[in-house]
Amino acid sequence: MADNPHKILVVDDEPDVEMLVLQRMRRNIRAGDYEFVFAPNGVEALERLQREDDIDMVVSDINMPRMDGLTLLEQIPKVDPNIRAVIVSAYGDMQNIRTAMNRGAFDFVTKPLDFEDLRVTIDRTLRHMAEWREALSSRDKLVALENELDVARKIQQSILPTEFPQGAGYRVFGNMEPARSVGGDFFDILHLENGRIGLAIADVSDKGVPAALFMMSSRTLLKGAGIGQSDSGEVLREVNDLLYENNESAMFVTTFYGVYDPASREFEYANGGHNPPLVVHPDGTSDLLPLTDGVALGLMPDLSYERNSVTLSPGDVVVLYTDGVTEALNAADEEFGVERLQATFADSPPRGCREATQAVFEAVEAFAGDTPQSDDITCLTLCTGEFET
Amino acid sequence: MREGGTLVARADGRVDGANAREFQDDLTKAIEADDQAVVLDLENLSYISSAGLRVILMTARKLREQGSKFAVCSLSASIKEVFEISGFDKIISIQDSQAEAIAALND
Repeated sequence: MADNPHKILVVDDEPDVEMLVLQRMRRNIRAGDYEFVFAPNGVEALERLQREDDIDMVVSDINMPRMDGLTLLEQIPKVDPNIRAVIVSAYGDMQNIRTAMNRGAFDFVTKPLDFEDLRVTIDRTLRHMAEWREALSSRDKLVALENELDVARKIQQSILPTEFPQGAGYRVFGNMEPARSVGGDFFDILHLENGRIGLAIADVSDKGVPAALFMMSSRTLLKGAGIGQSDSGEVLREVNDLLYENNESAMFVTTFYGVYDPASREFEYANGGHNPPLVVHPDGTSDLLPLTDGVALGLMPDLSYERNSVTLSPGDVVVLYTDGVTEALNAADEEFGVERLQATFADSPPRGCREATQAVFEAVEAFAGDTPQSDDITCLTLCTGEFET
Repeated sequence: MREGGTLVARADGRVDGANAREFQDDLTKAIEADDQAVVLDLENLSYISSAGLRVILMTARKLREQGSKFAVCSLSASIKEVFEISGFDKIISIQDSQAEAIAALND
């Protein structure tokens, strides 16, 4: 990953944690990716941060003697505003996750610690920090607005998953092609209990740094709500209320959230004002998932989100997309539209997730020709387990 | 244009991220503090992005705060679809024509 290992401070009062981290992360340590240092509470963590200026990020437990993780979060920016923190919370503990987010935590992982998830989260945080530093260093070279969009773009890129799980009974693949100036798409993939997988695709209504920060909290709140409960409608209800709380500037995010259970091939979903995904069958025919009448998130409190579910057949592909796909324009000012999206698959039925996602991008590109892309284009696909990729 | 106590404003062409701010400024300028009701006629609107929807939402909120009423009217099928998919049809009054909108707001 880098020439020097990234130095990560792990803060936890459990004596076993140090041994466990060193043991489970030994491959990354040996490869020179990470170096871990430890502190048993917030007070000693702060002392260490003040003493050693080469610590890149912090992974902290919440409940600790002397100074807890939430207090530590408030103190870290006073030592170095560029250090990012990941919080370790109890599964589904939205109260603490919300507080941690409000105090600037970049992300969170849940107990009991899944070290694969921790590794992915650490990589994502480090990548975000590298991009953030680069954006800050290039600040003087650009005029204000361009720079703001640049910083926003880097925040957006840094929260997207770069690894796609190929678990027992499902495949997932996603991609986002950013527009030059405007756009706020993101997607996420959640590993849930009992082998289920959560998929989210969303589009934030505005551009710039405030919108990018809104996007970051949307993503984290979705993740928190998604692993906290299994009902997709409840997940959107919770995220909607949380986003509404501090949303003076009337930003909103259209969000589709679905949970796939490979064991039953049931795909359960709720839709907060987002374009309805497409289910493509092995013969190339396709259906839009019925709308469930949900309002985009962040607009109004106390809304409920109806959920629906479909059972996928072997070989089905669920195609989630944003309006950057369907509203892409060609030289004649025509929109790509859902019909052309469906025609893309009718002409050549997908043979996997990666291929289906690429087919969408290729079809939009061929249609748009030289017409400039005015919005982010995002596509996330889910396949049943029959496919290789 | 004012019809009785109702301001009728129009949005034409495309409203997207590139001109949403301009759209917002124009609407802000057009609306006066003593306007009791505002109708936004979208008959000649060909496209609206989420940034444009946000401007409409902020306008609706501002009017609600000053105790005024707000509706949009004369949406084309594609614009209506955008309102329906995003759920905006649940939080903003949509009327078929200017006359119906004015009547609804002055009820």
